[in-house]
Amino acid sequence: MNAVNDTIRFENVSKFYGEVLGVNRISLTISPGITTLVGPNGSGKTTLMNLMTGLVQPSRGTVSVLGLSPSNATQFFCNVGYCAQFDSFPRGLSGFQFVLDSLMLFGMSEEDAYHLTEESLERVQLSDEAAHRNIAGYSKGMRQKIRLAQAIAHHPRVLVLDEPLNGLDPMARAESMALFQELGRQGMHVVISSHILDEVDRISDRVVLITGGYLIAQGNIHDVRQEVRDKPMQVLIRCDSPELLASKMFAVNHCVEARIHADGGGVFLRTGDIDEFYRLLNEIAVEGLVKIEAVAPADDNANAIYQYLIGTDGSIS
Amino acid sequence: MMQQSVGNAIGILRQQPWSLWWIQARRLTRIEIRRNLFTRRAWWIYSLAFIPAVIILIHLFVDSHSGGGLNDDTEVLGGVVQFYYVRLGIFFGCLGIFSRLIRGEMIERSLHYYLLSPVRREVILLSKFFAGAVSAVTLFGSAMIANFVLMYAGYGAAGRDFMLHGPGFGQLEAYLLIVVLACLGYGSVFLLLSLMFRNPMPGAMLLLGWEAINPVMPSLLQKFSVASYLRHLMPVSVPADGIFALLTVETEPVSAWVAVLGLLVLIAVVLTYTCYRMRTLEIRYTTE
Repeated sequence: MNAVNDTIRFENVSKFYGEVLGVNRISLTISPGITTLVGPNGSGKTTLMNLMTGLVQPSRGTVSVLGLSPSNATQFFCNVGYCAQFDSFPRGLSGFQFVLDSLMLFGMSEEDAYHLTEESLERVQLSDEAAHRNIAGYSKGMRQKIRLAQAIAHHPRVLVLDEPLNGLDPMARAESMALFQELGRQGMHVVISSHILDEVDRISDRVVLITGGYLIAQGNIHDVRQEVRDKPMQVLIRCDSPELLASKMFAVNHCVEARIHADGGGVFLRTGDIDEFYRLLNEIAVEGLVKIEAVAPADDNANAIYQYLIGTDGSIS
Repeated sequence: MMQQSVGNAIGILRQQPWSLWWIQARRLTRIEIRRNLFTRRAWWIYSLAFIPAVIILIHLFVDSHSGGGLNDDTEVLGGVVQFYYVRLGIFFGCLGIFSRLIRGEMIERSLHYYLLSPVRREVILLSKFFAGAVSAVTLFGSAMIANFVLMYAGYGAAGRDFMLHGPGFGQLEAYLLIVVLACLGYGSVFLLLSLMFRNPMPGAMLLLGWEAINPVMPSLLQKFSVASYLRHLMPVSVPADGIFALLTVETEPVSAWVAVLGLLVLIAVVLTYTCYRMRTLEIRYTTE
């Protein structure tokens, strides 16, 4: 399979709503696995997803998903499932009927549609009793689940999820995350937008940071963090003498901050030169003055990158 | 060269998944008919369709039905079709049914489910149109049959003779044809209006005004009116007295088949443009 037929591609894509900018000059290639779109409200995440699925058309540039265009609906939507943010449904339907009606439009037999409906409801863990109740009586979490079931029921190769964890309780969130991970492992494209960064961070293969309609950074979370060189990196070192280690490290000028861990069994150190930092840490370990138990980056997660690149108010730092 | 182009076009048409589209259209139509007819919100359209039948039913019990009244009642029925159904009942019924198909779903924020299904947008639109037409024809057609039966039931043998051996059955056929064409004509226009405007009501009111003044327009402009085509299909000429005189201005006579064909061409043109609008439709519920 060639690269075009296995990726989601934005080529110099801009979208304007009248005079309002949606996204501008986005060039992006998304490979299989879990990709998280990160950005503040109004940054263009939903516009990107709507462009990907043909709900809106680009003002400039081209979008293709697995080499397909949304204008070829028959092929395109057999491969793509979109769980949009709109929390609304056709009136008067039960959850089961809603998913079944959607599947019937694929042209499959009624028997197959029934089978796939039951399977998808099982995957999102919506009980049989709930599935046959009218959606109007569902809780927000159940509505989220039924939308997810509808998006995955036809076994798409690309799954686009706009804030899929909204309204879910912690248990349901964990189950959904496990499902996304499983789908990602199966080689699917799972594109998620979410503001629950701590949770998506654990399952994402890559992040796409977007703000004000512009793409700020993209790639593997750790690689993106490495590229943010103007922000000193923070490392947590678990050791037996955190104070001694902090004083040793502060002897060099690239170390800009030290903070003892709340449990007293480690120290957070912030450094402007990570390579030099690790070299020095090795020397200290060899000297044997401090017994080092563990070393781990403390800010190469989506949340920290978001803070560094976008800031809490959504402005570009 | 020309033959090659035609050959290519036929080849492309043959490659299209017609059987899939047919299955999708059937299923989508079934879903839409269910939503149109079996919902509490449709009660006022049922009322629009059956109010004349209720009045005629009351008339059946209250008034005596002597033989001479049959001709009068035939004229009354012609007037009910021409002035109530075509001008108001079917007009507003179709406004309710067809403007809900796309715009209603945009207001309810559920249209995206269709647009994210593997169904061509033209198939979605035409299936919705067909479902709307079936719903409207079912309601107004059955109301028309009820009107006819109730109107002549009181005349006993004379009424039966009028229906089965006289002109009654032919008139019923003509009225049903008018109902079908009115539903298709107004339906196509309202479907287009609902795609063009967030609130199709002002457009519908303009259309109502246009239909009312159309008989006094030049003959070229009369071709852009649903009611003007239907007027030529009326089996009974209703005498124009008082305010009705404005609505029954006789225009140049047109044969029935020209009227039917003309209206079908108008419907086809409107639907073609509606398909184009559907093709370029974007989902932006925040602006609804």
